[in-house]
Amino acid sequence: MRKLTFLAAAAATLLAACSQQGPGESAPAAASTAGGAAGGKPVIGLALSTQNNPFFVELKDGAQKAADASGVQLVVVDAQDDPARQISSVEDLIQKRVSVILLNPTDSSALAGAVQSAQRANIPVITLDRGVDGAEVASHIASDNIAGGKMAADFLAKQLGGKGNIIELQGVAGTSAARERGKGFDDEIATTGMKVVAQQPANFDRAQGLSVSENLLQGNSDVQAIFAQNDEMALGAVQALAGKNKKVLVVGFDGTPDGKKAVQDGQMAATVAQQPEEIGRLGVETAKKLVDKQTVDKSIAVPLKLLTKE
Amino acid sequence: MTLQMNWSRASTLLQRLGSVIGLVLLFIVLSVMSPDFLTTGNLLTVLRQVSINALIAFGMTFVILAGGIDLSVGAILAFTGAITAGLMASGHGIVLSVGAGLGLGLILGMINGVLVSWGKVAPFIATLGTLTLLRGLTLSYTQGSPIPVTNQSFALVGGGYVANLIPLPVIWMFIAFVVCGFLLRGTVFGRHVVAIGGNEEAARLSGVRIAPMKIAIYGLSGLLSAFAGIVLTSRLYSAQATAGQGYELDAIAAVVLGGTSLAGGRGWLFGTLIGALLIGFLNNGLNLLGVSSFYQQVVKGIVILIAVLLDRRQ
Repeated sequence: MRKLTFLAAAAATLLAACSQQGPGESAPAAASTAGGAAGGKPVIGLALSTQNNPFFVELKDGAQKAADASGVQLVVVDAQDDPARQISSVEDLIQKRVSVILLNPTDSSALAGAVQSAQRANIPVITLDRGVDGAEVASHIASDNIAGGKMAADFLAKQLGGKGNIIELQGVAGTSAARERGKGFDDEIATTGMKVVAQQPANFDRAQGLSVSENLLQGNSDVQAIFAQNDEMALGAVQALAGKNKKVLVVGFDGTPDGKKAVQDGQMAATVAQQPEEIGRLGVETAKKLVDKQTVDKSIAVPLKLLTKE
Repeated sequence: MTLQMNWSRASTLLQRLGSVIGLVLLFIVLSVMSPDFLTTGNLLTVLRQVSINALIAFGMTFVILAGGIDLSVGAILAFTGAITAGLMASGHGIVLSVGAGLGLGLILGMINGVLVSWGKVAPFIATLGTLTLLRGLTLSYTQGSPIPVTNQSFALVGGGYVANLIPLPVIWMFIAFVVCGFLLRGTVFGRHVVAIGGNEEAARLSGVRIAPMKIAIYGLSGLLSAFAGIVLTSRLYSAQATAGQGYELDAIAAVVLGGTSLAGGRGWLFGTLIGALLIGFLNNGLNLLGVSSFYQQVVKGIVILIAVLLDRRQ
């Protein structure tokens, strides 16, 4: 008990002496940031949420190509979908004094502190694909996921003549992509005679897409379409449907190489294609503009397109 | 007899020094290779990054010393973090919310202890079960969405600084280290932990009450995981449903890298701190050097394998 009292007292004393600003983040750091480190070439940091997903690999490739073309050095760090790890890697980029940080957040709500730290060190942040709540960024570059979800629903309405039962495979719960795609899709479906008879997360993962689809198809025999919030899950659903001789339209999202191929082969009806390479390319080009002290747009929308076999 | 004693002591010392030497070497290599490494800002940043893993790893040290394993630490972190943030979001004060989070962590850990001691379930299986259970509960409680934290004073717990220099999580880590170190070296409790890990039957015959001890040990691990969860929630401004995934492995790695035997009965807390620092500096250094994250995992894996091999060779 005495130990506890001691601890409480110690904690209270410490808290009293607290502030929210750290040493490495205060103003003096500013002088050395402009221009970056390595041999005059500006260094741009790219903090990715994960590389276990072809989408983000394409985004990275687009960024890399743009970096090579415009003569900047790109340093890529990967959070493996863990927000805590991403904060750490953003801090590492700050310590490395990169000129601009391209941030593809693992989650919209967790990275605000890291963005503020970067800003205190005078390093502008551009968010890619997902935004950050509670912090101002120099620019946000993403596709409109809500519009994409709506696009998928409209496509199914046209194909099915406005009525039918649909299974929805959801992405990682809590991610903005899953929320927004789901919202765009569900809201649009509600305006038609179609019905989402079952929805369950399969975490953007192909294997889970397969098993979840199998289970849901088992429980719902009268289904005309499956909407998956990304192509990986859609491809899992395609596998679950293989061997069943009945026509179920599968619509995916992202337009990954595998997804596009499945659409061409007629296994998937359509995919709402994002252009991740384009997001990466625009990210680096926008960052380059910031390095060159040009003004940039606060929000840059990358168009989506619905890919069908035709 | 004396000769044997000396020899075993020398080999223990050598193994203990191994982790320290490893850390020093890593430090020198990184300082030479990256101009950004050896700065006060960077070193403090790494210490802050390490603190979450270290808090969990301190508890894990007790569990492993007693011959067990706790896979549920990351799940306890996520669940207690969510409950703490949830209580605050529904209007409860910091003290109550944090107290409830810590208390919950203690209880969840003790449940692990009950399963292991009275339930006679293998620790690996018991804590794998609670891991899965708690992940499910966390997802149901949060509905998969993050719970935002708006309380500015709470944001200090993980994001504040002392004297405008030292991050608060580093202070928490230091306090936990001192308290746990005292528990392990300076109390009967600590001696009994080591005795159980060395030879449970012998410990029982010499009067150690195994079941209450194990409940306390796992309880301590749960409490520290909850503490880590609260610090992380504060640092992320939100409780994440999927927080702490894979943290059990990082914590085990820190313990093993620090020279504590996975077989139990032999180890030290300072080594765990060194192990956590090794992992932290490795991550930081590889990021500063711009090494691809895929190779980072390869490097980390090799380092862990070397540590385990050294452990087996004893």
